[in-house]
This record gives sequence, C-alpha cells and structure tokens, in this order.
Amino acid sequence: MPDTDFAGLLAEDGRVEPRDEMPDAYRRTLIRQIAQHAHSEIIGMQPEGNWISRAPSLRRKAILMAKVQDEAGHGLYLYAAAETLGVDRADLLDQLHTGRQKYSSIFNYPTLSWADVGAIGWLVDGAAIVNQVPLCRCSYGPYARAMVRVCKEESFHQRQGFEILHTLSHGSSAQLAMAQDAVDRYWWPSLMMFGPPDDDSPNSAQSMAWGIKRFSNDDLRQRFVDMTVPQAEVLGLTLPDPEIRWNEERGHYDFGAIDFTELGEVIAGNGPCNRDRMAHRVGAHEDGAWVREAATAYEAKRVARMAGAA
Amino acid sequence: MRDWPLWEVFVRSRRGLSHVHVGSLHAPDAELALRNARDVYTRRQEGVSLWVVPSSEIVASDPGERETFFDPADDKVYRHPTFYSVPEGVEHL
Repeated sequence: MPDTDFAGLLAEDGRVEPRDEMPDAYRRTLIRQIAQHAHSEIIGMQPEGNWISRAPSLRRKAILMAKVQDEAGHGLYLYAAAETLGVDRADLLDQLHTGRQKYSSIFNYPTLSWADVGAIGWLVDGAAIVNQVPLCRCSYGPYARAMVRVCKEESFHQRQGFEILHTLSHGSSAQLAMAQDAVDRYWWPSLMMFGPPDDDSPNSAQSMAWGIKRFSNDDLRQRFVDMTVPQAEVLGLTLPDPEIRWNEERGHYDFGAIDFTELGEVIAGNGPCNRDRMAHRVGAHEDGAWVREAATAYEAKRVARMAGAA
Repeated sequence: MRDWPLWEVFVRSRRGLSHVHVGSLHAPDAELALRNARDVYTRRQEGVSLWVVPSSEIVASDPGERETFFDPADDKVYRHPTFYSVPEGVEHL
C-alpha cells in the first residue's frame, strides 16, 4: 500500500492529510513553522496599524485597513491549519505571548514615516510572496491550501506598497527623500527574511526532503533580488547596496554580503521594537478577555434557556 | 476561547456549485461562527452561501482503513464506460 505510507506519499509528491500517519518530527516541524507563520501575520498587523489613523487620504486609509484585516485573516487561516496537527489554538497563543514561539523578525522594525508603509508593502510583502508561493505546493495539505488563499490576497498588498512609493518618488523632493529613506532602512531586513545562508541553515535539508520547503534560502533570496532591482529603477529609487550589478554569466544580479549578526540580534529579542510588539499583543489579548467571556456567557445562557423550555 | 468549539466552514462560491470546505474557526455559538466565517473566509465575494458545522459532529472514515474500506470498488472496472469494447464506426454510444 505505497500510496498511504508516508515515505511513499512523499516519493510521488502526494499530499499528507491531517489524520494520516506521519513521523513525529515532521509533525513538530510543521507545527513550529505554521505557528510561527501565523504569529507573524498577527504581529505583522502592528507596524502598519500604526499608520491607519494617519494615512494621507480616505482612499489610503480604506486600503490600509483592508490590508491589516487580511493579515488577521491570514493568521486565522494558518492557526486553523496548525490545529489540524493536533495542537490547540489557545496554546499556540500562549506560546507566542510567553516568547516560546517566534514570529518573523522583520516586524521588530519600526514604521517611522508613511513611506515605510509603502516599503513594507513593496519589499516585505514582496519577499513574503517569494517565500510563500512555493509553500502552496507544501507536502502538508492544509498548510498548502491555506497558502493558496494567502498568496491570492498578498498580491494586492505588494501592489499597494509599490503604488505608495511610486506616488511619493514622483512627488516633491521631500516626498522622494522620504521614500528613499524607507527603502534604505527596509532593504537589508527584507533580504534577511529569507533566513540564514544555505551553508548555515541546519534544518533546510530535512525540510526539503519532507517537501515542506521547495527551494533553498539563497535561491529564494536571489529570486527576490532579481525581480526587485528592475522595479526599483521604475520607482526611481536606489537600493542601498553599491555592489548590486547584473552578472551576465550567472544571469542574475550580484549583491553585497548580508550582515547576519543583525538578524541574530533581532531574533534574540534585541531588535528596535521586540518588547513593544509583545507588550502590545499581550495587552490586546488581555483587554479582549471580557469580550470572549461575554460571548461565552451569552451562549451558556441560551443553552440553559433552551433546556428550561424543553 | 479555550472552551469555544471548533467549526468547519463550507462556502458555495456561486449558485449552481456545491459548498466546499475552506477551513475552520472557533466561536462560542452558531451565529457568531457564521459571522466570523463571513469575515475570515469571504472578504472578496468568495461566497453566496455559508455553512458552519461543529467539527465534533463530523463523522469521518479512518484513513488507516482506507484500503479495506474502499476496496469494494477496486475490482468493478465494468462500472466505467471504457470497460466496454465498441465496434469501429459506432457513434453516439
């Protein structure tokens, strides 16, 4: 019965579904990755949420609210996918709130200007899309299906960011400078979103063998650079790396070395906003407790009333 | 939320098509499950009708017994039209 056996399924590029037998390590890896992904969507609402009240027009405000709402939705799709592996959503939230599970380090950078909202859409969501498109073919069915929905919705996120930057970079000189400053600050952190280089990525080989990961960190990073450099030219903005140049022989853009010590610091909790993000998240959860309690009490009352009427 | 049941969500994307499973969510009651399902799974006009079903009410076949459970169909190829040979030149059959 090769088609129900885990190894057989992977060999023929089949999909593993929730109640199938699977190795514990595969299950644990997926729970960790999907939970971290869900947490990133939830924490990712904060840097942009910071600008909703100050968006420069009603149109921009409506768009930004829709985008932040999408991120909440993406978090919920992903928590639902994680739960099919036998974990409880409330436990995942506990692990986020107590720092036992991580979220993407990119959200520990501040949004200092309106142009940062553009840079996040263009660069951060652009990098996320490059990372996420291959996950639509992940070997675990519920994760792959959630990613199909996420990717469909992300493309508007990237375009709206590009549009914000394009408007600014073709505006006044102060607006152009603001756009350039945002790109200068977000470029390198965006490149780090692809994770450590391949020769320093201990879990990558196993994830590739399991069909969770389809391309290496460095391959995806290169893909992102290749698609972004020509877009920067259209924007009229400079990427803050003097070593970027087209390499005819490789058929790719070369780019400078990434300072991964910074990534390590941010992951270790020493990024510019780590403490703020967690404090805000835990605060929002605690402040919402009365809503959850009221909804539970309302349902309990309804059930009791029905029992009384019967 | 720890005590809120899990609901499976099904969306009919347009009239004439069946409801299709899209994911799940937690909610204290059926009404809130429907409203949450609308906000989570149909933000872009993906649906004209929604079902929410308590996950605990779904009865499923056991993936471990898939082979034996479905094997009655394995040896009945004559249920497919391709099983039959049709003389050359016969049309509309």
